Amino acid sequence: MVKRKQLFNGITAIPDLSWPLVMKVVYRNLLVFKKTWKANIMFNFIEPMLYLWAMGFGLGVYVSQIEGLSYIDFLAPALIASSAMFSTTYEMTYGSFTRMGHQKVFQGMVATPVSMDDVVMGEILYGTFKGVLYGIVFLIVVALFGLVKSPWALLTPVPLALMVMSFSVMSLVWTSIAPNYDSFGYFFTLLISPMFLFAGVFFPVDNLPAGIRFLPWFTPLYHAVEVIRPLLHGKVAWSNLADLGWLAAFVVLTIRLPLTMVKNRLIQ
Amino acid sequence: MRRSVIAARNLVKRFADFEAVKGVNFTVCGGECFGLLGPNGAGKTSIAKMIYGFSPVTAGKLEVFGEDIMTGARNIKAKIGVVPQEDNLDPELTVWENLLVYAGYFRMPKDMAQRRAGDILAFMDLQDKSGAVVEQLSGGLKRRLTIGRALLNQPALLILDEPTTGLDPYARHLVWQRLKKLKESGTTMLLTTHYLEEAGQLCDRLIVLYHGEILERGAPRELIERHTGNDALELGVEPARHGVLMEGNEDLIKARQMLGDDLVLFTGHGRELAERISGRAAALGIPVRHQRLRPANLEDVFLKLTGETLKED
Repeated sequence: MVKRKQLFNGITAIPDLSWPLVMKVVYRNLLVFKKTWKANIMFNFIEPMLYLWAMGFGLGVYVSQIEGLSYIDFLAPALIASSAMFSTTYEMTYGSFTRMGHQKVFQGMVATPVSMDDVVMGEILYGTFKGVLYGIVFLIVVALFGLVKSPWALLTPVPLALMVMSFSVMSLVWTSIAPNYDSFGYFFTLLISPMFLFAGVFFPVDNLPAGIRFLPWFTPLYHAVEVIRPLLHGKVAWSNLADLGWLAAFVVLTIRLPLTMVKNRLIQ
Repeated sequence: MRRSVIAARNLVKRFADFEAVKGVNFTVCGGECFGLLGPNGAGKTSIAKMIYGFSPVTAGKLEVFGEDIMTGARNIKAKIGVVPQEDNLDPELTVWENLLVYAGYFRMPKDMAQRRAGDILAFMDLQDKSGAVVEQLSGGLKRRLTIGRALLNQPALLILDEPTTGLDPYARHLVWQRLKKLKESGTTMLLTTHYLEEAGQLCDRLIVLYHGEILERGAPRELIERHTGNDALELGVEPARHGVLMEGNEDLIKARQMLGDDLVLFTGHGRELAERISGRAAALGIPVRHQRLRPANLEDVFLKLTGETLKED
């Protein structure tokens, strides 16, 4: 295990980035994605579909209205966000861990003019792309069910991109200190699943006990849901900009972390 | 003297709890094949990784193409090819895609990348595997692709970190043959290996590393002559009788070494020594279980230098 001092070594240095090469790393991942997306679609796409059916059309019948919306109208926009979150998080944990560990793909790349910072930035962008893609696909499904009420919905990729980028960052930070595949169980059980359940996807956060009601505010999923829900219903407000600002600030403040931590794990 | 491609001065690599490379000095010249020879843990891979910019230099100076590796890694890496100890190909991609994607990391234009990839498939004898997915290839084919991939950018320096470890003898010879061709065409190579035969076949000059320090340096033949002479005589004789047996033949024995219960004598005059020894054994009635005269090799040199065997087991 790397010592803590070593983990953050070089965090104040300017990252060594060459954007054309970052895009080569993204391209490499897209090429592999083109071959494997059919096998992956189960987790990221069919699962939220099942939630939509079970909760929206099943349970939702017994729920009168939430915040002036039918339950399925309340739930569907949030599932766009959560399905994007899951697809990015799986990719940037299990996927990235495989590329840097077992496959040693990162090591192969950095023997060329590509730097480790280029590789990790490429991973972040790829994770972002993948989350946005799955979010958009789910948005289309939601639209086919007649649950999109406003052309504002076309702006959904904006909060999605900011949110999944923050999940790319968080996941890669965990991946950089993960000793093995099993440790990702903790990440999902302690972080991702609680967000999915309590950050305003299934019920308004106001229903949480008073003492912990403030907690969802600290999660990217909550802020993304807060923006995407009004976008789909055409009820946007200026306050939504604050949520976007929160997401953007999260990315800007944390993006240096995975670049440093993955590099310090691999290069010694 | 030809221009130097790699210059290491007092090079040190220190990890948290141990020093892997303890201040080594060496220079690799253009067009030569330079070997880093040593057992596992000698510091070979640490040195190789520093040269291709993967591992930061702890102390000392390391220049590649006259540029400091710590500040010019991107430029230097554009001009070198790396064959790592463990394959790190893209397993989900085909052979052809592996080459094209990798060419992209050198920002090679697409038409040039395709031309180079075609040349490499031909050179490494992989044409009929072009469309095969890498994870389905055998170990030998993967190694050939890894070596081919390292040649994409027509490197001025090729770094080979144990290129044939884990290969069967046939695959190993095929790799050696290709590396010899590259050497003939003037590619500078840095080779780490613990196979002494490999070093003997390929290297013009080498250094013997042991616990992070240089024990010896020179051309393979030179080292053999310096330390052992050209012949080795292996004798299966009771250890207690070794002294008596050698008596009177000291003029011919350049060095000796115990290998288990066997005695190995190194000499410049193998045939003569063999005759004298068997004569003496017969005269004194010393039983000789077996006797073998063979050419001395780098392994003998290494054994003599370190008293340890280079093989992993």
